[in-house]
Amino acid sequence: MAQAAHDTAHSGHDDHHDHAPGFVSRWLFSTNHKDIGTLYIIFSVVAACVGVTLSILMRIELQEPGMQIFSGGQAWNAMVSAHGLVMVFFVVMPALIGGFGNWFVPIMIGAPDMAFPRLNNISFWLIVPAFMLLVSSMFVGQGAGAGWTIYPPLSDSTYQSGPSMDMALFALHLAGASSILGAANFITTIFNMRAPGMTLHKMPLFVWAMLVTAFLLLLSVPVLGGAITMLITDRNFGTAFFRPEGGGDPVLFQHLFWFFGHPEVYIMILPAFGIVSHILSTFSRKPIFGYLGMAYAMVAIGVVGFVVWAHHMFTSGISVDTRAYFMAATMIIAVPTGIKIFSWIATMWGGSLDFRTPMLYAIGFVFLFTVGGVTGVKLANAGVTVILHNTYYVIAHFHYVLSLGAVFGIYAGFYYWIGKMSGYQYPEFWGKVQFWTTFIGVNITFFPMHFLGAQGMPRRYPDYPDAFAGWNLVASIGSYISAASFLLFIWVVVLTFIRKEKAAANPWGEGATTLEWQVSSPPPFHTFDELPRIR
Amino acid sequence: MPEAPFPRSEPTPPPANKQRAQGNRRIAIAAFGTVVGMVGLSFAAVPLYAAFCKATGYNGTVQTGGPAAPGAVERQVTVRFNATTHPSLPWQFEAAQKAMPVHLGESGLAFYRAANRADRPVEGVATYNVTPEVVGKYFHKTACFCFDAQTLQPGQSVEMPVSFWVDPEMAKDPETRDIRTITLSYTFFRTLADAERTGALASAGPHVGRMAEPPTATR
Repeated sequence: MAQAAHDTAHSGHDDHHDHAPGFVSRWLFSTNHKDIGTLYIIFSVVAACVGVTLSILMRIELQEPGMQIFSGGQAWNAMVSAHGLVMVFFVVMPALIGGFGNWFVPIMIGAPDMAFPRLNNISFWLIVPAFMLLVSSMFVGQGAGAGWTIYPPLSDSTYQSGPSMDMALFALHLAGASSILGAANFITTIFNMRAPGMTLHKMPLFVWAMLVTAFLLLLSVPVLGGAITMLITDRNFGTAFFRPEGGGDPVLFQHLFWFFGHPEVYIMILPAFGIVSHILSTFSRKPIFGYLGMAYAMVAIGVVGFVVWAHHMFTSGISVDTRAYFMAATMIIAVPTGIKIFSWIATMWGGSLDFRTPMLYAIGFVFLFTVGGVTGVKLANAGVTVILHNTYYVIAHFHYVLSLGAVFGIYAGFYYWIGKMSGYQYPEFWGKVQFWTTFIGVNITFFPMHFLGAQGMPRRYPDYPDAFAGWNLVASIGSYISAASFLLFIWVVVLTFIRKEKAAANPWGEGATTLEWQVSSPPPFHTFDELPRIR
Repeated sequence: MPEAPFPRSEPTPPPANKQRAQGNRRIAIAAFGTVVGMVGLSFAAVPLYAAFCKATGYNGTVQTGGPAAPGAVERQVTVRFNATTHPSLPWQFEAAQKAMPVHLGESGLAFYRAANRADRPVEGVATYNVTPEVVGKYFHKTACFCFDAQTLQPGQSVEMPVSFWVDPEMAKDPETRDIRTITLSYTFFRTLADAERTGALASAGPHVGRMAEPPTATR
């Protein structure tokens, strides 16, 4: 069936079809956006195994007061830092941007491939050594234990001597280069490779999300690159960008880091916004409510996201007026975000809802992201943050928007598109079991952290007073459920490929309107040799 | 993955391909130009940030090289003195007095004491700021040892004077008029040059996984 659809579309050069590229040239030298997308997704799952393992080790340590399995603070710090960096740079970003972005941006805009296929290949193969550098940094010396924020002086040569910190910094450099190349590729593809008739205001929301994400990457990642270059030369070549003894200022690093770091959190969530919009519309059998508002809300989030960075630094000694500005600007982000949340609800309102696994994840996303957003508004208050800064309240907040937001977006996208990508539909029953295990697990893990944080439990310590024992035990049990749900996810993937239940070109019915549902499942190696015409 | 058909050759280029390739190149050049610009900006931030702090007293950056004290007014503040030593500097560094009351506009003179506890000459340099940081723009230092690298011989001890005055304008600024106590804080570091001489600078040399030279702090 897939074959038939393909043959009619490409009857012009049937004679080439019997020649498949060999394994090496297909997967190592790949320039095909779908194959690179697949590589990214596989990479992300592998990285997630590492990231999840680290988080379980952390929860085992925190299950009870006292030291359980870690030798000391530095080992703990190295593990915490690696968990954060792995999850941000090697799980969420590769899955959402490299994986789903590569797979579906060209198809959704009716382009035959990305604008620069070879650049695309480099993007992927830069992130692999980056990951290897970061993971091996944990085993070199005492590990790189400066947190994902790598603030000096903690990250300087006095406190993180030895090469492991440098390895982590180089890993960030490579991952950053990969992201920048990918972003330039996406921007070019979206601006210049759209099929005739595909105007910007007809683009699917996932493509809009990727466009905004690519701009954020392009503008923010070079600043991280600059900052960590300065850090590397401070560490190794005797410069003093951030060292007071030579006239430098460590607070400048915080400014540079968060000028990158804040847009980075939107980089992680915007593609999930796009995916969720598609899924809610598909399974409500209605077009998305307020399409233009949805698109420009993402643009607004991207723009405002660049002028709020110092809300991460309310306790780093900035003046009252500066705090007032950053507090107000931060709260303004709740407006476009609110537009999105309410438009999602309005999309579902009166729709013919079909609670398949992707839909469950999408609704879970809307719910949990709203919880994380509300705690975000609370944390945006400069006065409140003085108490909550660097407590578990912050951990709860950003895991609600990332671990329960971005990751739910990844799962949603995976279940939504696995039939399209592989040609095999996932087992619905196990998908739903997997959803509920994840939903229950992550909520039991992270909700108690609000209480712990409000009671004053600080981040980044492997030990705590007895008073915090109860909720920490609950959180640890929740994390074991979450880990089980991740294993269940792998089981679902295995089942999908064992059962080989063929997916139709459009398994979701009339609600699925974007171009990827017009091509076969899986799509032919080359889609849209003949450009589709969008009316 | 199922058996998908793979064409061997590149897809046949449609006629519009040349134009598209040109457009692609233009956008990519603009994109990479932006990247270069942002890297440039991040480095430009270093001098810009220093200039900004100096101009606005941001981060508690103290005013130096200003005029002499204009003469005392009635309002008083307490100036406290704080001394910190970086672990890599084997000095004992402390304020000679805990705190002193000064009138706004009155010139104050305070002393810090530093003593070298190492058995070799060591060069140190101090940085400083004031808290609350908002008073940075009203705190003037007319003479001090800040940012002059000084070498102390083994066992040598010196007294370091700081002369300062607090601008009476402070009492009029709504942000600062409630402030009754200002803390002047000095931190002494080992200079980069000194660290370089003894081979303790950064870690360009062989990495051993631990600090090349354990700090010989006196604590």
